[in-house]
Amino acid sequence: MIVVEHLTKKYGDVTAVRDLSFTVDKGKIWGLLGPNGSGKTTTMRVLTGFLSASEGRAAVGGFDVFERPDEVKKIIGYLPENVPFYPEMTVAGYLGFVAEIKQVPGPRRKEAVARAIESCGLESVGRRLIRNISRGFKQRLGLAQALIHDPQVLVLDEPTIGLDPAQIVEIRQLIKSLRRERTIMLSTHILQEVSQTCDGVAIISEGRLVVSSSLAELASSFGGREGVVLKVRRGAREAAASLRRIRGVNKVEHEGNEVRLEWEKGLDPREEILGIVSAKDLGLLEMRSAAPSVEDLYLKVISGGTIQ
Amino acid sequence: MRNLWSITKRELTAFFVSPIAYIVVAVFLFLGGSFFYGRVQIYELYTRQMMSYGYGQPPNVNQELILYFFSFSLLVLIFVVPLLTMRLFSEEKKTGTEELLLTSPLSVTQIVGGKFLATLVLYVVILLFSVLIVLFGFLFGNPEFLPVLSGFIGLLLVGAAFISVGMLFSSLTENQVVAAVLSIGTLLLLYFIYYETYFSTGIVKAVIGAVSFTPRFENMIQGNMDTADLAYFLSFTFFGLFLTQAVIQSRRWR
Repeated sequence: MIVVEHLTKKYGDVTAVRDLSFTVDKGKIWGLLGPNGSGKTTTMRVLTGFLSASEGRAAVGGFDVFERPDEVKKIIGYLPENVPFYPEMTVAGYLGFVAEIKQVPGPRRKEAVARAIESCGLESVGRRLIRNISRGFKQRLGLAQALIHDPQVLVLDEPTIGLDPAQIVEIRQLIKSLRRERTIMLSTHILQEVSQTCDGVAIISEGRLVVSSSLAELASSFGGREGVVLKVRRGAREAAASLRRIRGVNKVEHEGNEVRLEWEKGLDPREEILGIVSAKDLGLLEMRSAAPSVEDLYLKVISGGTIQ
Repeated sequence: MRNLWSITKRELTAFFVSPIAYIVVAVFLFLGGSFFYGRVQIYELYTRQMMSYGYGQPPNVNQELILYFFSFSLLVLIFVVPLLTMRLFSEEKKTGTEELLLTSPLSVTQIVGGKFLATLVLYVVILLFSVLIVLFGFLFGNPEFLPVLSGFIGLLLVGAAFISVGMLFSSLTENQVVAAVLSIGTLLLLYFIYYETYFSTGIVKAVIGAVSFTPRFENMIQGNMDTADLAYFLSFTFFGLFLTQAVIQSRRWR
């Protein structure tokens, strides 16, 4: 449903997105995950036709974004990072206006507004001015305006940013309830958001794609392995060398006074490890199990970037 | 056309919920009214003088009253129209609503046209109020009608041209004050540059004479409808709107 091929976007000398390619199948919720400034918003702006690309191709619903922008705009609902409001309008008035410019035919407009208000839980604020409603309602209103023309594809840029934890849970549930036949792409810099809402994830860093795959695939590619992290008082470096000789252990890394080990699932050399630790008198402080996960991958990606 | 009208409707409501439109209308009418009242007093003084001398023509209402009113209105409009247009694009850019408009199935031409139309409607409302002022000239005097009509057509055309300049500067910046100051500066320049023709010669004189709106407006308020002046104002307006459209279109290609 969403196809991005070798997309590059430059702002003058700054390259925001570099040779990005991924696809999202129909009916999936895909997370675009990356630290702030990694090119998520730029990617979404290109997909929605707000920005042009410097190179590459993007298509939504079979329509090329650059050649048939109007067709694409008709089937996309877009929630920008800064939710676009006219503060002097009422909630219902604003949705009516959005329905008009999204080409909802006149007779169906009233119904579309009512449906959007209902599905986003805005009944209590329908007649209030937008400037007077709370942050949480504004974010819901942002979703409502994206939904108004019943689009096949939803592009949501940081839909939960700036909300309190209870509101975050609400919005995530709302997004899941919106899925039905829709393809949804949402951007976030929070990993949990992806694991709780999405079917798949495209991780990007500094404008480049790190990985794009379904969560199930990602889990199985890491699932065949187990590991522990040891925290020792001294001698982490020497310990790493002798721990590497244990049969089945295929990865040993040490950093400061921590040693991370991984092995093939089912071998469980933990007793041997402990034997070496006590024989070498390393002063074991902590031993915790640490299966390699998407989180590690993501943390590696964003180290150096900012994260909440 | 329906899309354009959607934009126009929203802009019109935005004008009327914000205090700016009311303030601008009030200031324009207050200034116009006061000025007109002042000219009426001068006119009365002339008339009395003529009567006491007992000879000479009574002063002409068109020349001594209404003409001055039109010239004065032009000067006020230079300051007032940019205050109406300054928010049109700057605000959308600042609040992010331009992202909503530009990701909707609307053409940039429809957006620009819709906003222009809304401002023009508001401007016509202002003009209709100022017709009331001039009406007093007809109540208490006997001015010629046609020069007054062509004067108002002149005001309408000059207003449309000013709106297009204001929109262009609003599309260039997200700061409304910057947009207003640049528009006022440009309009003042185009207004005063005409007086340079008294001192220059040859090509400079020709170019300045062709660019400035002042002589063309003077022509119209004197009652001379010339197709060249009409063409000037219409092409001025279209050129302004075209540039505005191009500026917004080009923002995609940053």
